[in-house]
Amino acid sequence: MSSRRTERLLNLVICLLHTRSFLTAERIRELVPGYDDAPSEDAFKRAFERDKEDLRDLGIPLETGTNSAFDDEPGYRIARRDYALPEVRLEADEAAAVGLAARMWTSATMGAAATRALRKLEAAGVELAPLPEGLQPRLESTDAAFPDLAEAVHDGRVVTFDYRTSAGGDESRRTVEPWGLAWWHGRWYLVGHDRDRDATRVFRLSRITTAPVPSGRAGAAHRPEGVDLTAIVASYDSAAPAQNARLRVRSGRGLGLRRRAASVTTGDDDWDIVELPAPDVSRLVDQVLPYGADVVVEHPPEAVASVVRRLKALAG
Amino acid sequence: MSGATEHLPRLLALVPWLLAHPDTPVGEVAEQFGVDERQVRRDLELIWMCGLPGHGPGDLIDVMYDGDRVSLSNADTISQPLRLTVDEALALVAALRTLLGVPGLVETDAVDRALAKLEGAAGGVGDDVAVATGDAADPDVVANIRQALVTGRRLHLTYWVPARDEATERDVDPIRVFTSEGVPYLVGWCRRVDDLRTFRVDRVLSLTTLDLPAEVPPEARQRALDAGLFTPAAEDRIVTLRLEPAARWVADYYPCETVEERGDGGLVVTLRARDDAWLRRLVLGLAGMVEVTAPAAVAAAVAGDAAVALAQYAPFGPAD
Repeated sequence: MSSRRTERLLNLVICLLHTRSFLTAERIRELVPGYDDAPSEDAFKRAFERDKEDLRDLGIPLETGTNSAFDDEPGYRIARRDYALPEVRLEADEAAAVGLAARMWTSATMGAAATRALRKLEAAGVELAPLPEGLQPRLESTDAAFPDLAEAVHDGRVVTFDYRTSAGGDESRRTVEPWGLAWWHGRWYLVGHDRDRDATRVFRLSRITTAPVPSGRAGAAHRPEGVDLTAIVASYDSAAPAQNARLRVRSGRGLGLRRRAASVTTGDDDWDIVELPAPDVSRLVDQVLPYGADVVVEHPPEAVASVVRRLKALAG
Repeated sequence: MSGATEHLPRLLALVPWLLAHPDTPVGEVAEQFGVDERQVRRDLELIWMCGLPGHGPGDLIDVMYDGDRVSLSNADTISQPLRLTVDEALALVAALRTLLGVPGLVETDAVDRALAKLEGAAGGVGDDVAVATGDAADPDVVANIRQALVTGRRLHLTYWVPARDEATERDVDPIRVFTSEGVPYLVGWCRRVDDLRTFRVDRVLSLTTLDLPAEVPPEARQRALDAGLFTPAAEDRIVTLRLEPAARWVADYYPCETVEERGDGGLVVTLRARDDAWLRRLVLGLAGMVEVTAPAAVAAAVAGDAAVALAQYAPFGPAD
């Protein structure tokens, strides 16, 4: 079936791009090969309806209208200015950036989409040059949900998916008005309005466990004015104002902590005092524990208590 | 999606692409479009049957072969590509934005200009994705590494090795720069150990480009370009960890050999640890949320580490 149908669709696109006036279904049936073998009027109408739907799904802007006020039957055409990718001229360094970007995706779906986009850009006038072999930035979207969510955001449709929260590992069904996707410290997040909780929520894509299902009409969900996606993700990441922690760090050790320190005071013995911005106690404890006996927390007291409790659990 | 709705977009892209690239070998067309040569020939046969209403000889698209090379003509109506679809536009825009998120990796200015020029073509997907600029690595360090990679120069690094918590000095011939989860990495021929090493660029404490050419054994270059982020070695130690729910992230972060649900939200994972120091630091960092179930020697070692660390808190008195 498919190659004959593809042929009919290609001829239909050419015909509708070529015409300046709107063509009625009956006229299209005469002009486009492939409709003539429809055994009945009904069969033709069904086939034509399906073809129109497919063209629209592919993003081909099918216009409906009449040529004069006296026509009572609608006609169809495709306006070339809506159809065609505008000419794009990129400087060599711009084209290099685009070429590099297109090969970043590790996901096959997004990688294929990027390749299709490159072929279209080339057809629209962009010249791509070979890229340096060793330069390989990558964009992980092991997150299978990425393409579906991106489409839902773009169409403004509500999405439903199962989500595993970090703490308990519990899964729950979430219904969200999606506002956008944000890349934050190497991971993708969905930002939106959670309908069940009636509040703004941030979802890490790698914790979405089912394929997102869109529902409702397009445009039902839209981002409020002035929303800053990365600022919302950032506020979830570090809610508390920064306070400084005080650590005793053995000389020459704790390099990872020293690099982020607000100040380092060399002590008279084998230890230095390191002041470290630490907005979040549990994160501070996570950062300090790997250094074992080389780093001792002195402040804040709740961090000291947490370190001692956790070390006891491990020491047995 | 039916066959036709996947097939038609390729034909509508193939025609303008071939008009812009006349006389292209069929094999190269196949490569560019991610299909095999047979499929390209079938596509061209189909295109040759299509054209303007009337379908007389002058109305159809012409396909001309010169040996193995192919050209098209008489396809004015579809000589321009269809606009980018949402997923196509997003695939480019999101990737360009993430390039900006790793400052130093490319000329930021060129990416900005490319994004601006693509805005019209991308149909407004730009607002759907946002990328926070990473602070993982010093942009100057990243830029210097990229420059040395492209020009084939040797680097001197002062590099922090977290497993031993020490700064090391080494000369490295750069082979490959990649990013993983927004963090840039350098793969190079380390002259201190005469072997390939992977360096996290955010752990480079300082860097000098030397006035020497990079010299990499060809075999090593190929190995480095083929390899992924982690290349397990035969001598890696396999460790089994029981993780509390709060430590589930370990399975996301590190490539695990096996991951098993415990039923209470926790996991049992096995992973490879090339370096005992690395492993002990990982387990210390997970204190209170992890139990090393095998091998017993590692469990005993980390319990010992924890006891020594705990002794430092004696001045504060017993905490509970």
